[in-house]
Amino acid sequence: MPTIVELENTASQVRRDIVRMVNGVMSGHPGGSLGCADYLVALYFEVMNHNASDFNMDGTNEDLFFLSNGHISPVFYSVLARSGYFNVAELATFRKLNTRLQGHPTTHEGLEGIRIASGSLGQGLSVAIGAAETKKLNNDKGIIFTLHGDGEIQEGQIWEAAMYAAHNKIDNLISVIDYNHKQIDGDISDVLNLGDINAKWQAFGWDVMEMNGNNMTEVITKLNEAKTHLGKGKPVMIIMKTEMGQGVDYMMGTHKWHGNAPNDEQLADALSQLEETLGDY
Amino acid sequence: MEKYPYTEKKDTRSGFGDGLTELGRENENVVALCADLTGSLKMNDFENENPDRFFQVGIAEANMIGIAAGMTIGGKIPFTGTFANFSTSRVYDQIRQSVAYSGKNVKICASHAGLTLGEDGATHQVLEDIGMMKMLPGMTVINPCDYNQTKAATKAIADHNGPVYLRFGRPKVPVFMNKEFVIGEAIMLNEGTDVTIFATGHLVWEAIQAGEQLEAKGISAEIINIHTIKPLDAKAVLESANKTKCVVTAEEHMRNGGLGDSIAQVISANNPMPIEYVAVNDSFGESGTPDQLMEKYGLNAEAIVAAAEKAVARKA
Repeated sequence: MPTIVELENTASQVRRDIVRMVNGVMSGHPGGSLGCADYLVALYFEVMNHNASDFNMDGTNEDLFFLSNGHISPVFYSVLARSGYFNVAELATFRKLNTRLQGHPTTHEGLEGIRIASGSLGQGLSVAIGAAETKKLNNDKGIIFTLHGDGEIQEGQIWEAAMYAAHNKIDNLISVIDYNHKQIDGDISDVLNLGDINAKWQAFGWDVMEMNGNNMTEVITKLNEAKTHLGKGKPVMIIMKTEMGQGVDYMMGTHKWHGNAPNDEQLADALSQLEETLGDY
Repeated sequence: MEKYPYTEKKDTRSGFGDGLTELGRENENVVALCADLTGSLKMNDFENENPDRFFQVGIAEANMIGIAAGMTIGGKIPFTGTFANFSTSRVYDQIRQSVAYSGKNVKICASHAGLTLGEDGATHQVLEDIGMMKMLPGMTVINPCDYNQTKAATKAIADHNGPVYLRFGRPKVPVFMNKEFVIGEAIMLNEGTDVTIFATGHLVWEAIQAGEQLEAKGISAEIINIHTIKPLDAKAVLESANKTKCVVTAEEHMRNGGLGDSIAQVISANNPMPIEYVAVNDSFGESGTPDQLMEKYGLNAEAIVAAAEKAVARKA
């Protein structure tokens, strides 16, 4: 079991990977990736029961994670590589021709750890529910985890899935919304306000929790607590408050770095703020 | 002309329902999802026999496609059921990303395709579905012609690993198909020498009627059933076309993007020759009885005869 400090160190390395990956190809989405690094590190290095060295699509008896907001692929790829799904050297191929690390995650290139393509938003919750239903049919005790952007839940399919999960008591599912209040065109409150997001999910019949997604101790505590909410007839939703761009000062507090890569000078600035703990790829 | 006697008429959707019921008994990995049209899709027997493997998703087709994609993770073989319009155009992006691009083993089963839906009118009469689905890389597209073929196809696609679009319909039509169904293999219904009629779905029976009328006029029609539009049996298409030297295609679908397009691509690239299309020409449908609509939009035996005569005349 890694300590909190070890997990934080891993998250620091993941954040270095993120900014280096997007700088290396001058494209990609660093803002949300940085904000969600702590959650994904917590999942893959502590919370989930999973088999990184021998990936298979069915994931029988494993916990499974589905990334619905596929544009934050840099954090997903880094965490998969750092946890042993594939060689970290492959991170250098991100978004380049013939890469398995496509701009948005895909099963199409056979990259270990990916179980569904995502990028077109709003689809991942339905897919996760399907995987959860199959686990129930197979009497498989694995847990399904997801991640969604807050802007993403403007998509109607999310609410179709929300209704289904409550009605059908999908209680082997822990969904997480990255609530950083920002989307491409600006603040969510300006683009299309989500209103009382907590009350909305409660009204849809979910067991709703909140957590600070940029505090490793709290992330671990809350995810473990969420697990104790399973098996009680309700799907679990965690509203995860994060800071877009977390860990790189000039990327925080703005939506500007949602889908823009830092140049070499900006990269150096970012790396100076993120300790190299596991060795750069 | 080879004879295709029949003793009863049945709807192709019942072939799907009965095939699915048998699959439920034979293959425990088969699961079924429906978006509030269980009776229309004839899925009641499967539901009653396998309540734990039947998933009612309500009027939420996008969610249904996503759930089906997710259910394949862990080995299930999901069959989704709703009307053809809601199986395709309504959920195209979900199919594209979560099913086709993700390579998921989902069977998208679509009833009430085309004009023969009848009185409900154009909102429900999808005529673009074959085109949309055949454009998706890796998607198998099947449009069976009668009860027997639909039932056989339903069972066959469970053993095929990969996404499939299975298209069938509402009206009761003659049950005549007595030949084996193999995905991707065209079926020779009548050997002829003057013109080849490639037909799919409900137009196959019309093609047989057209063949008899053409025979009376001294035209020998070769009739081939293309149930699998993708992957197309290009070898069978070319063998017949090279022999008869002119072609008619017949389908209950838009001319753009349908079977005719697929046949024309193969022929134009290999041996250009006259092709006539029996299909809907850039138009929405409307309310009416199935027979009235098929006549008005030129999708019956008489239209096939006229197209064949024109194709034969163009050969010279």
